[in-house]
Amino acid sequence: MTRAISGEELAAGLEQRIPGSIIGTSKESILVNNQSLLSLAAHLKTEPGLEFDFLSSITAVDYYDYFEVIYQLTSLEHNHSIVLKVRCHDRENPAIPSLVGLWRGAELQEQEIFDLMGIRFEGHPNMKRIVLWEGFQGHPQRRDFLSW
Amino acid sequence: MDLVPTRRFVYSDADLDQHEGEVIEALKARSQQPIPDQDQWLSEKAPEAGILLTSVDKVIDWARSNALWSVVCFPACCAFEFISTAASRFDISRFGMEIIRASPRQADLMITAGTLTWKMAPNVRRIYDQMAEPKYVIAMGACGISGGIFQSSYGVVPGYSRIVPVDVYVPGCPPRPEALLYGIRMLQDKISKAKVFRK
Amino acid sequence: MVMKTEPLVLNIGPAHPSTHGVFRMRATLDGEVIIDVEPIFGYLHRGIEKLAEERTYQQFIPLTDRLDYVSAMGNNMAYCMAVEKLAAIPVPERAEYIRVIMAELQRIASHLIAVGSFLNDCGAFMTPILYMVREREKIVDLFEMVSGQRLTYNYMRFGGLSQDVPDEFLPALRKFIDQMPRYLDEYDQLLKENEILLARTKGVGILSKETAINCSMTGPMLRGSGVPWDLRKADPYSVYSRFEFDIPCGARGDSYDRYRVRVEEMRQSVRIIRQAMEQLPVGPVRSKTPVMLIRPPAGEVYSHVESPKGELGFYLVSDGSIAPYRCHIRGPSFINLTALREMIVGWKVADAIVIFGSIDIVMGEVDR
Repeated sequence: MTRAISGEELAAGLEQRIPGSIIGTSKESILVNNQSLLSLAAHLKTEPGLEFDFLSSITAVDYYDYFEVIYQLTSLEHNHSIVLKVRCHDRENPAIPSLVGLWRGAELQEQEIFDLMGIRFEGHPNMKRIVLWEGFQGHPQRRDFLSW
Repeated sequence: MDLVPTRRFVYSDADLDQHEGEVIEALKARSQQPIPDQDQWLSEKAPEAGILLTSVDKVIDWARSNALWSVVCFPACCAFEFISTAASRFDISRFGMEIIRASPRQADLMITAGTLTWKMAPNVRRIYDQMAEPKYVIAMGACGISGGIFQSSYGVVPGYSRIVPVDVYVPGCPPRPEALLYGIRMLQDKISKAKVFRK
Repeated sequence: MVMKTEPLVLNIGPAHPSTHGVFRMRATLDGEVIIDVEPIFGYLHRGIEKLAEERTYQQFIPLTDRLDYVSAMGNNMAYCMAVEKLAAIPVPERAEYIRVIMAELQRIASHLIAVGSFLNDCGAFMTPILYMVREREKIVDLFEMVSGQRLTYNYMRFGGLSQDVPDEFLPALRKFIDQMPRYLDEYDQLLKENEILLARTKGVGILSKETAINCSMTGPMLRGSGVPWDLRKADPYSVYSRFEFDIPCGARGDSYDRYRVRVEEMRQSVRIIRQAMEQLPVGPVRSKTPVMLIRPPAGEVYSHVESPKGELGFYLVSDGSIAPYRCHIRGPSFINLTALREMIVGWKVADAIVIFGSIDIVMGEVDR
């Protein structure tokens, strides 16, 4: 059974290593500061005992006030999981750091989020529309997109 | 001996993507109305032709209707019902059409198995344009008729008739192989009524 | 001596018989060797995730059938499990067992198509797939008995199934389960040691263990590279913890290993179905849940299952209304394409088709 590490438990240790990186926690997830996402993710990937080597899924949700990007991390070795969340308050030009350098599996998913949600991932090697064509107006996964 | 690529391309990837987008938008603007079905002539009273021409008509129509070769145009789910139809259980070769051509120039029937999106629409139109006359289209499945369950989506073409003229519509989501075979029989009937020589 | 050549751009797809639907690869060739490849998606992008927001929870079940249309039952199960987790709906024993039987039958059907079209890509045009479709038709008949549909079943509901299996289903299933190992032996006889197949697939398109994990590969792709990761064992859902089965793994991570993993998985599925039939309890197949509208409490949930292609996940966000606020689908076929470039670059065009066939994608799930 994959053990879901509790957010509070993990956040206590992380806060000592990278101060100011955690904004909030919940039972299964930790909410991470935008600026320290990269260093925190690298820490989660390499730290012995954690070793989240498998990025299972990335998704983004539009809450009108802010966008939330959700990373589902799993460790194939220890068989445990954690959910990382990042928020982005700028609606006009949202951007967060890309995790392609750590997990190649993020490549297509980040591109898809850019296409459908309009969040730019800084540092992504090929940030362009993936499923829709160039010249399509708007980003359909946003809540204020009208399809007809 | 090493092989070294010497120069980059005339068009960059970004240019190609840009061009593709322009083509799609242009086609989308052009095809807001469905193409009317091309079968008014079925109900028209055919002009009397001579014995000779009628016999030639019959022979040509017989030949056309019994060797329909279909082209590969299988975007989505209905493709699997088409594969089932083509496989040994339902055996489409009873109708002289077991050959599925990858090249549109060797085919004369397009079975549009699946949802059509605006991004795919220029390619389908190009396949249709490349087919040799006489050519026929069977719109298979609810998506092919009207967009079906995906009609309200932002990327889906509401029916193949926006892009290509359709001869026979086969309803179902997806249609059973029997339904597809019935549709093919209907198309054969339709072809056998055609007048090759007209005044 | 250095010979100067010009690179050539070759578009493979979107309407190409070997691209399994409407996938497009923009390959750059140097002579016959592929030096770069860029996958281009979106030719079947139907906006399913957006359509989920416009529908109630129940109304979205038919759309999940059309995601990965080769394994519709598995998608039904994944989505229903996500909503059940979100709204805390219990599922009766018997329904769980029937779900497992359906999911495993669907796995066999999906792998049959995968292996058949893979051999098709290797150059054995149409003949192997005729064998595979012959067996698939038997499974489709079983599904038609329980749901009345041949491809898009729409059979599962929140808290169970739409209806119990008919009386004639279990004898027919037993007959099929007794036949299936013999068919698999037949394939092995024809293919396992086939010289041409070995020459075309052994050592072609090697995906190393580290790359596979780093690229988030799942399913037979990951197991073919030698990582024994199967959600049915690693994170057992439904009643999978009660069955005995093995996780077949490859050694080298080449196309042949992936093909072997799929064939072995079919044998394991037969094993699971046999055990499930023996343990199948009697009782209701649906717990007491509203038929039309459910209103899950506000919150979010990620639920995943092992679909034939890999990890199929549903991420649902509820705001307490009758429709999901956000529904994200983690399509395994889509994410398995991340490693396409690694595997294909350096091979010739004919090998690229074989490697691409061994990934086994379904466009409905790639583009969604």
